[in-house]
Amino acid sequence: MQLFSKAFWLQFSSPKAFYPFAGKLIPWFTALAAVFAVVGLYLSFFVAPTDYQQGESYRIMFIHVPAAWMSMFIYLVMCIYAGLGLVLNTRLSNMMAAALAPTGAMFTFLALWTGALWGKPTWGTYWVWDARLTSELILLFLYFGYIALQAAIDDPQRAARASGLLAIVGVINIPIIYFSVQWWNTLHQGASVTVTQAPTMAATMFAAMIVMTLAFWMYTIAVALVRVRQLILERERHAAWVLELAEAEK
Amino acid sequence: MKARHKRLAFIGVGLAGLAIIAALLLNVFNSNMVFFFSPTDVKEGKAPVDREFRLGGLVEEGSLSREDDGLTVNFNVTDGAETIRVTYTGILPDLFREGQGVVAQGKLEGGVFMASEVLAKHDENYMPPEVAEALEKGKARAAQQSGAGGVAQ
Repeated sequence: MQLFSKAFWLQFSSPKAFYPFAGKLIPWFTALAAVFAVVGLYLSFFVAPTDYQQGESYRIMFIHVPAAWMSMFIYLVMCIYAGLGLVLNTRLSNMMAAALAPTGAMFTFLALWTGALWGKPTWGTYWVWDARLTSELILLFLYFGYIALQAAIDDPQRAARASGLLAIVGVINIPIIYFSVQWWNTLHQGASVTVTQAPTMAATMFAAMIVMTLAFWMYTIAVALVRVRQLILERERHAAWVLELAEAEK
Repeated sequence: MKARHKRLAFIGVGLAGLAIIAALLLNVFNSNMVFFFSPTDVKEGKAPVDREFRLGGLVEEGSLSREDDGLTVNFNVTDGAETIRVTYTGILPDLFREGQGVVAQGKLEGGVFMASEVLAKHDENYMPPEVAEALEKGKARAAQQSGAGGVAQ
């Protein structure tokens, strides 16, 4: 059984083997992202009912919530890759962590921005310094710090070690963001969708949110793979196979 | 112990230590992390007396009244146990209504909370209006039945 052998899985930790594999995956994830986005937006705007309190303005939730989920989820995945890179010294893990950071930062910004646009008509303000909003803003700064630290150190190995440590220290912020609405009084409402309880929203609203989340997820994988291929070429530019590839391109 | 096991242990212990420090810090700063005080907190003297703070709770049903200038409103903020009278002059957010969550910033003056800003707090329930109406009817019927039951006894 190929799937159960260690060698089969280990080959993907080699940049040389992963480069063409990632290239093959990108169109699939791009297509999935596009399909989910079209279905998700249709559900969001035409199928999901008008809310009894907020009217139509709640529909920004279909961007806001998936973006906020992805901002935290990508950070966790980034930390796992950074941790693997620190422990096993695998170059590809470090590259994956670096490839995910810009998308994570983008989703964090998107969550904050759509949140502000949603806050004005419902709460009456764009921004308040409550625990949920503040911790999400700290997440954005963590992403920026990670990207900046990576860019500030020339040697990729040292850059990965320093920024990886920063990322792992910052992971403490993720449970704080998630549980902030339970632990403290916040202006931000509690979670509508949790693992343990039924979602506190109409079924079609829930469906729209899940499909939008899948769209964002597939998009994240697609762009991370594009970015990691760039990083592989850049960091392995002296390897024989990259030189051969460049030669063939000419 | 291989070098990579050591690194794994180092990260594991480091993260555990960090989690403990974070938990302790958050515990210490707990009162500063609170965005608003409930009426019960205020009555218990937890809210600051001489400076501005935020008061949060539900706008009590039937307590909202407007003064003649059209801009000043009075309402009660309640958390079920305690109630505080609030006076505010200005524009209210769209979601402000009786029975809804609200967070007001201001100062206590002679038992009345003089608000300088009022924000609406909405909950995590989203549903179409028909469902909300049906729920409301169901609740009313249940209340009626339990009320009738009480009379029969």
